Amino acid sequence: MRFAFTDEQLAFRDALRDLLTQECPPARVRDAWTNPDGRTGLWPALVEMGVVGLLAPASAGGLDGTEVDLVALLEETGRHAIAEPLVETAAVAIPLLRDAHDPRVADLAHGRIVATVAGRTDEFVVWADSCDLVIASDDSGVRMFARDAVTLEPRPAIDGARRLSWLGTDDTTGEAIGDADAAALVDDRGALGTAAQLLGLTERMIDMTVAYVRDRHQFGVPVGSFQAVKHHLANARLALEFARPLVYRAAVSIATLDPHRSAHVSAGKVQANEAAALAARVALQCHGAIGYTTEYDLHLFMKRAWALARAWGDTTTHRRRVGRAIL
Amino acid sequence: MDLSFTASEEAFRAECRAWLAANVPAEPLPSGDTAAGFAAHLEWERRLFDAGYAVVSWPPEYGGRGASLWEWLVFEEEYYRAGAPQRVTQNGIFLLAPTVFEFGTDEQRARILPAMAAATETWCQGWSEPNAGSDLAGIQSRGVRDDAAGGWRLFGQKTWTTRGAFCDRMFGLFRTDPSAERHRGLTYFLVDLRAPGVTVRPVERLDGDAGFAEVFLDDVFVADRDVLGAPNDGWSVAMATTGSERGLTLRSPGRFLATAARLIELFHSLADGTERAHDDALRDRITQAWIDAEAYRWQTFWTVTRLVDGARSGPEASLVKLFWSELDVRLHELALDLLGPHAELVDGELASWTKGYQFALSGPIYAGTNEIQRNVVAERLLGLPRK
Repeated sequence: MRFAFTDEQLAFRDALRDLLTQECPPARVRDAWTNPDGRTGLWPALVEMGVVGLLAPASAGGLDGTEVDLVALLEETGRHAIAEPLVETAAVAIPLLRDAHDPRVADLAHGRIVATVAGRTDEFVVWADSCDLVIASDDSGVRMFARDAVTLEPRPAIDGARRLSWLGTDDTTGEAIGDADAAALVDDRGALGTAAQLLGLTERMIDMTVAYVRDRHQFGVPVGSFQAVKHHLANARLALEFARPLVYRAAVSIATLDPHRSAHVSAGKVQANEAAALAARVALQCHGAIGYTTEYDLHLFMKRAWALARAWGDTTTHRRRVGRAIL
Repeated sequence: MDLSFTASEEAFRAECRAWLAANVPAEPLPSGDTAAGFAAHLEWERRLFDAGYAVVSWPPEYGGRGASLWEWLVFEEEYYRAGAPQRVTQNGIFLLAPTVFEFGTDEQRARILPAMAAATETWCQGWSEPNAGSDLAGIQSRGVRDDAAGGWRLFGQKTWTTRGAFCDRMFGLFRTDPSAERHRGLTYFLVDLRAPGVTVRPVERLDGDAGFAEVFLDDVFVADRDVLGAPNDGWSVAMATTGSERGLTLRSPGRFLATAARLIELFHSLADGTERAHDDALRDRITQAWIDAEAYRWQTFWTVTRLVDGARSGPEASLVKLFWSELDVRLHELALDLLGPHAELVDGELASWTKGYQFALSGPIYAGTNEIQRNVVAERLLGLPRK
């Protein structure tokens, strides 16, 4: 048993953290709300660094990485709230095309094209208007479409950086890219990816709030010295502590195609959803009115957390999936 | 990441499982927090010791088998999976022993540890006092130097001493330099509860067992060889023990995994074939409790990997204590909800859930209340100001 990232995995994560700290400050996330494509413009840098193509074969320009390598990176992208279809392309589409021996995996890994994906429970697809491929799955299998071959009906979302569209597809224009098992794997990969990003978002909201309550004074003392405030933040930290290991364990279960992987992923997504929801609630309460404005940055992270906690399966969906496996 | 146990760890698991299957008493023992039950549990402890399972992680010279932390966790999983008796030696083997290993002299280790492992000498913890609970540094019981006799004379009162009425010895903190700052001037003593001047009064707990005791000390002599660590350095010695108490040593995941598994069995035995089997709200709560037990298991594996790499347990132990104690309450609340009117009964096979519920309620109080633990998390992990 060795339940820890390797030094190499941590070094890669730290390099990504350095890049995003530099390139993706909150102002850049804020700009994505008004950019035409709703994105942070970081795709070339993520391709260059090897993050996008991590799971692609080396022969297709990738790094032959595993979900365990990827989960640490996705957590970091959550921490910085990047607005890019990274879960959809790097965590879902690339391994899907890799397993289907589809040569377009190289185009994805090299950043020549970008894909977005709707899971079986998703009604909307994100950032589709700036993607080249749209992948949709249902219980019978997975189908892939050129973007122009689908109907996209834009729907404004609470997180202005997540460009959502209602997806209309026509079965005659798509190509079958995977069977029912592949559709299940698509869901597991998408849930794992968003769970990882939720961990990063949770930690970021806690960090922001800790910094704020140390600085903010009322009654002549930092508000962070009040026990009521301390206990809110301790609860958020507690939820994060007991979410992380289940998400990392789910990454191993997908990487090793563990027969119980779906239950493991769902358990991780439940914990990550709940931790992020609690952290968002606590962060807002401890900030007070400043957190209730859009001028302050907290809402960028909070709204992303609300969105991702329901994307790729909400808490009830995943908890019941676990329930069916154990009860 | 490698999430599998090695072949030798799996072999160890199989060995433990087989021994426990053959040896765990078929009928539950009477509560170890009563006089008769304590004696029955000591007999069980001695069987465990004779078979080499009392303290698997200790070095062989002290009665253990030198098991790794991973093997210890495996043993714990199997122990609770088998429904084996509560460990009435726990305050010695899990709380005092780590401190003796760290701070004791060779003479103390050789004298104290083998008798503790063999359950021929049993230990209770003398921390709390009538005026010092969460605020442990506020203790007032004192030790007075007796140079002529080569030791100390203890005066004062300890309280909420678990199994104090049954144990042979007590480890505790006493104020030996009243002029020093409150965290200094404390000394860690090992006290013989049969010594002249000691009076022990059992106190009945919430569940009706005489599991608590008040310990009165009136001019009780303790020789220098029964001081653990340096005189007046007892606070830092004691803090090593609180880490063990809050962290994984006292409450390993095996305990909660087993409770979650028994809860699922209870659900099936009571709900199958009835409408409740399809009650989504109930199923959701049970599922979440099971997920939480799994989360505790994997958080422990994460932590143990770091410990094996040489990290030391720090304030993270407070997160662990918060989680297991509140999980234990949820697991037992769910069981009582399943039992319905039967939850009122204190006899019969299912009454162990009612008893377990009452015990679980002590978890958020002992080893430092959860309010204090949340302060520790906020101040020492998150860096919020103390004042």
